[in-house]
Amino acid sequence: MVDDGNIFEIKDFSIYYGDFMAVKNVRIDVRAGRITAIIGPSGCGKSTLLRSLNRMNDLIISSRVEGQVLFQGVDIYHRDTDVIELRRRVGMVFQKPNPFPSSVYENVAYGPKIRGIRKKSQLDEIVENALVRADLWKEVKDKLNESGLSLSGGQMQRLCIARSLAQEPEVLLFDEPTSALDPISTANIENLLQELQKTVTIIIVTHNMQQAARISNYTAFMYLGEMIEFGDTDTIFVNPYNKLTEEYITGRFG
Amino acid sequence: MALRWQTKEKAVEIIVRSVGLTSVIILLLIGFFLFKEAFYIFYKEGAAKVIFGSQWYPTSDPPSFGMFPLIMGTVAVTFLTAVMAIPLGLATAVYIAEVAHHRVKEFLKPLIEMLASFPSVVLGFFGMVVIAPILSNRLSPVLSEKLPELLKGTNIPFISTTLADFCYDKLFIASGLNITTAALMLTIRAIPVIASIAEDALTAVPRTYREASYSLGADKWETIWKVVIPSAVSGLSVAVILGIGTIIGETMIVLMVAGGAAVVPHWMFDPARPMPAAIAAEMAEAPYRSLHYHALFGIGAILFFITFILSLISDFVSKKYRAVRIGGKA
Repeated sequence: MVDDGNIFEIKDFSIYYGDFMAVKNVRIDVRAGRITAIIGPSGCGKSTLLRSLNRMNDLIISSRVEGQVLFQGVDIYHRDTDVIELRRRVGMVFQKPNPFPSSVYENVAYGPKIRGIRKKSQLDEIVENALVRADLWKEVKDKLNESGLSLSGGQMQRLCIARSLAQEPEVLLFDEPTSALDPISTANIENLLQELQKTVTIIIVTHNMQQAARISNYTAFMYLGEMIEFGDTDTIFVNPYNKLTEEYITGRFG
Repeated sequence: MALRWQTKEKAVEIIVRSVGLTSVIILLLIGFFLFKEAFYIFYKEGAAKVIFGSQWYPTSDPPSFGMFPLIMGTVAVTFLTAVMAIPLGLATAVYIAEVAHHRVKEFLKPLIEMLASFPSVVLGFFGMVVIAPILSNRLSPVLSEKLPELLKGTNIPFISTTLADFCYDKLFIASGLNITTAALMLTIRAIPVIASIAEDALTAVPRTYREASYSLGADKWETIWKVVIPSAVSGLSVAVILGIGTIIGETMIVLMVAGGAAVVPHWMFDPARPMPAAIAAEMAEAPYRSLHYHALFGIGAILFFITFILSLISDFVSKKYRAVRIGGKA
């Protein structure tokens, strides 16, 4: 079990794309070893916020940030931050399964290899371990050399999760990981997330409110770039404090 | 009303079809004509004797039509060009697609494509009046006189003897019109072709692959080397093959700067007469339906055959690539 402090402390944090303010003065603390869900209508800035936590938004040329994001007490937007190391410790799984066009084995071994691990036996162990943790080992152990693109959608997404797990991350960010999957694959991924929660802190952006209610411990509701409400998932869904949250959750807009 | 609509549709279809078929038929007829005219020389002289014969004396009495020196001229020039143009073209593509700032990219990409349509006669002319004199008047004295003297002065075994003699012998450039000058000009001709197609291939690599790589803690170079380039390898191969095809078929440059000697080149500063240059130079003076005339068509047929094989390979490679990607998503 991961130590139960705050792993992320987000303080008065804003993100701009050019002149457009996509995320406005957000302040939340993310508990370690829990699942935190971020919900809200399209374009509310939830994916932008998620991507800023391992600085994937650096890749968008016009983006800039204000405020602080502390990861285990260290500001990740400080000049001296090692972004490579940050992304290893804070992994990410995307909306559309995006395995590399190489074998299942190579997909999972990619991270460890760029980290400098060359020994075959060590790589084999890491790959097997990651695939077991992603609940995919049984299905692919006989086709490690087949293309990652030959798997089904749900398997591909679990392969992407295994690929991230091979880097031994402390946090995994999920950006609507099941929105491109069928209901059965979605259920598999949700079960997997609850299993992974025992070892990794999980932050998930989702369009699907039932999904947030089913799997998360904490829920954040965002609207037009602002953090409207953040708290226990049970409280948010049963007894929301803010009128806007209640209207969104009961399906009156969004 | 309905009838008129259908008549109009039918008329458009007939016009488009006949225009399309006309061009295809014309091309087929030219191909047929080429092989018909070429056939006679192989029949009369024997295919092996023509292809492997080392004497190209089409106007002597008796004439000799050994095309081997011409074929080797093309091979040598193509090889030298490929050695320079492939790395430079691919590196240019990587720079434009992956490294350059997007404003620089917006400027460079059209510029490179414009370079591809640069008239090759101008390149040939430039090679003739600028590059060739530099090679023979400036570079040659330095490489074959000053450099050996310098090396001899060192008194180090091997360097002061063997290497100095080698420079003296081999780096003397008798004429600036040789296969190296031709290769330099052809490189300028081929780089835009290779770079432009390769850039398209690199840009076509899905953004999601790059995101996945970055999210795993890879830096920019690791992402380019280990994800983007391997994903684009088929497109890059097509760029290289089409670049080589351009070099082989290029006529004006080799006609003007390759030196024109119909002998097998043995060294990079030897002159050569590549196949397209031979056709362009000799066709006007070959009497209609003479053996010489048929021999030039024979060269054309070989040239056509080589470029045809190259485009078949590139077609195969790109089809295979597409099949893998679509099959993978199912």
